[in-house]
Amino acid sequence: TASTVPPTEKDQVCTLIPGDGIGPEISDAVMKIFDAAGAPISWEERNVMATKGPGGKWIIPLDAQESINKNKVGLKGPLGTPIAAGHPSMNLLLRKTFDLYANVRPCVSLEGYQTPYDGVNLVTIRENTEGEYSGIEHEIVDGVVQSIKLITEDASRKVAEFAFDYARKNSRKNVTVVHKANIMRMSDGLFLKCCRETAEKNRDIKFNEMYLDTVCLNIVQDPTQFDVLVMPNLYGDILSDLCAGLIGGLGVTPSGNIGANGTALFESVHGTAPDIAGKDLANPTALLLSAIMMLRHLGMMNYAGRIEQACFDAIKDKKSRTKDLGGDATCSKFTDEVCRRVKDL
Amino acid sequence: NTRKLALYGGRQTITMIPGDGIGPEVMDGVKKVFLAAGVPVDFEEVPVTSANFSPDVCCDAITSIKRNLVAIKGNIETDVDRLDFDQKSANVTLRTSLDLFANVIKVKSVPGVKTRHDNIDIRLIRENTEGEYSNLEHEGVPGVVESLKIITAESSLRIARFAFEYAQRNNRKKVTAVHKANIMKLGDGLFLECCREVAKDFPDIEFNDMIIDNTTMQLVSNPWQFDVMVMPNLYGNIVGNVCCGLVGGPGIVAGANIGNKYRVFETATRNTGKSIAGWNIANPAAMLFSSALMLKYVGLHKYASLINHAVVDTLQVDKIHTPDLGGSNQTSEVVDAVCQKVEKQAFKVRYDQIPEKLRGW
Ligand SMILES: Nc1ncnc2c1ncn2[C@@H]1O[C@H](COP(=O)(O)OP(=O)(O)OP(=O)(O)O)[C@@H](O)[C@H]1O
Ligand SMILES: Nc1ncnc2c1ncn2[C@@H]1O[C@H](COP(=O)(O)OP(=O)(O)OP(=O)(O)O)[C@@H](O)[C@H]1O
Ligand SMILES: [Mg+2]
Ligand SMILES: [Mg+2]
Repeated sequence: TASTVPPTEKDQVCTLIPGDGIGPEISDAVMKIFDAAGAPISWEERNVMATKGPGGKWIIPLDAQESINKNKVGLKGPLGTPIAAGHPSMNLLLRKTFDLYANVRPCVSLEGYQTPYDGVNLVTIRENTEGEYSGIEHEIVDGVVQSIKLITEDASRKVAEFAFDYARKNSRKNVTVVHKANIMRMSDGLFLKCCRETAEKNRDIKFNEMYLDTVCLNIVQDPTQFDVLVMPNLYGDILSDLCAGLIGGLGVTPSGNIGANGTALFESVHGTAPDIAGKDLANPTALLLSAIMMLRHLGMMNYAGRIEQACFDAIKDKKSRTKDLGGDATCSKFTDEVCRRVKDL
Repeated sequence: NTRKLALYGGRQTITMIPGDGIGPEVMDGVKKVFLAAGVPVDFEEVPVTSANFSPDVCCDAITSIKRNLVAIKGNIETDVDRLDFDQKSANVTLRTSLDLFANVIKVKSVPGVKTRHDNIDIRLIRENTEGEYSNLEHEGVPGVVESLKIITAESSLRIARFAFEYAQRNNRKKVTAVHKANIMKLGDGLFLECCREVAKDFPDIEFNDMIIDNTTMQLVSNPWQFDVMVMPNLYGNIVGNVCCGLVGGPGIVAGANIGNKYRVFETATRNTGKSIAGWNIANPAAMLFSSALMLKYVGLHKYASLINHAVVDTLQVDKIHTPDLGGSNQTSEVVDAVCQKVEKQAFKVRYDQIPEKLRGW
């Protein structure tokens, strides 16, 4: 690894799962940049391969489990799920193992990188454990399939509370619940009710409710009107990708998964990109921004701000952009550029 | 024209449900424009609103549509806090009772309406009767709700076939099926399977499929890759609204609900616009475009084209824009401008309608 500075007592230990495909390259880039910034983080590297536990169940390798349970914070690159490999998605298994019930995706326009939309600065918070992803489906009679969407008061309340908490900690003013309770009266109705009740207890944050369709309509016309959005699983899946599209795609969108007992796992949302893996072509921005989210989660606002500034500045300079952003810089060139800038800041 | 339509004395009778919110205002615009153009249509108005909604009122509306076969409709508000859990919304009741299985929206950029993406031209076809809108929910134990999404091969095949036939009829090149079959392997898997099956019967039309979250991302970055899109109910609601947002919002996109027997024309986003109702600022263009779709359906193509051109002219040349398009004009100003234009041109259309041998009299 790139770590040159020996860990000090004050260092926060974080688990690092480099991942597959381009994962190791972009993880390396993040470590280099953190070193250059002198961020007080020391990494505990763990590999996550599909492993069978006693009883034949797929599990997260025990050393990785231990590390995450101990450190409570981690950064993770993409993990591949080969089709028909026989093992389930490790990304999903991580969420299940650590009960990571909320998925947070800030979408902020990259200064200097032009898309049709600018000034976007919003956060989607998605319930991560139930809803349409319950996986309960059956064919009742030939040609008639029933899929069950599961909404529980427990999970809804947890994610609602997290949303308000997040808004307060990150100096955001407004939480919007996105729902479809006019059609799914009981299920989305329950989610809505939990959000309303949580809002009552958090009067310092403004609260409003909007239909999913109205949000879709308005967000592509003027995304700047939104702040924090909280919603059930499927809507979050869709809206968070839509928002990523507004600011330039998955290559530049960070995310965090927050779970029980304050466990938090930050990850880039893009995949393993096997076509460019090992060629020094990947854009490390998404993972870097995820790592910056991690710093903010740990209260290291200063380091977060500095690294973010250096990253944005490097992107603004067309010469250091990677291929996905229309430039011709390699991953290492971009990384060096961010390192240089972060030292100067 | 083999369709049996409600023609009385050469005039077509059509059901009109103004609905709630801005519905009555924009319907008023439609009536004025029809009058100015001399469209041979009479409206049978059936006021169904959230305030007077009851099974009886709904039954009246359904009877009227069954008699006239065609309707134009504003949205009826669904008051989430007042309706019982087992009551369907009035809009859903109408759609399912008439088996209006397809919702089609015409997403087309209007020159002169400034948006971030120009020249979009997408037709979105949405399964309109099942999926998440089946109204089957229960709370097994307190605090745990199950909501059933139903996908059937029958409805999926029907909507897929409709989409491909639509594409063929309208000289469209490509159909994209939108789904989430990686997660809902059985339900959306069945939908996708049905689309693939039907695609085989249309070798001239390109077919592809796309996952719903990726679709929305693609739409905001490269909407030009889409032509005809087909999808289950809820995704249609989502993607439809994204599309409408891209071309300028709820005020300009037209739509229709289509069954084997009946058709109900509505704006694409089917919203009530309660917050702006009564202010004379709603954009009537969407409903006017919808009324033109309706006229085409009943065979009055020339009148439809007349109205379409007048609306486009008003927006593009006169730049009479309501606040939703960043302008400061009123609903009535748009309607008046459209009326003036159609009035000037209407004689051509009427002349066309006169049998050849009588012309020149
Ligand atoms: N024809 C129109 N012209 C201008 N603006 C419109 C039109 N139709 C809807 N809108 C606007 O589009 C947005 C969404 O519509 P709408 O108000 O129906 O939202 P909603 O969430 O469905 O609420 P509700 O139906 O309860 O009023 C609102 O800002 C509304 O003012
Ligand atoms: N629903 C609509 N939304 C936006 N523009 C429309 C709509 N319907 C028609 N137009 C535009 O109005 C003008 C006149 O319409 P006309 O009825 O002659 O053609 P059309 O058959 O509706 O349009 P097209 O051939 O493009 O489908 C054309 O410029 C057309 O693009
Ligand atoms: Mg997704
Ligand atoms: Mg509405």
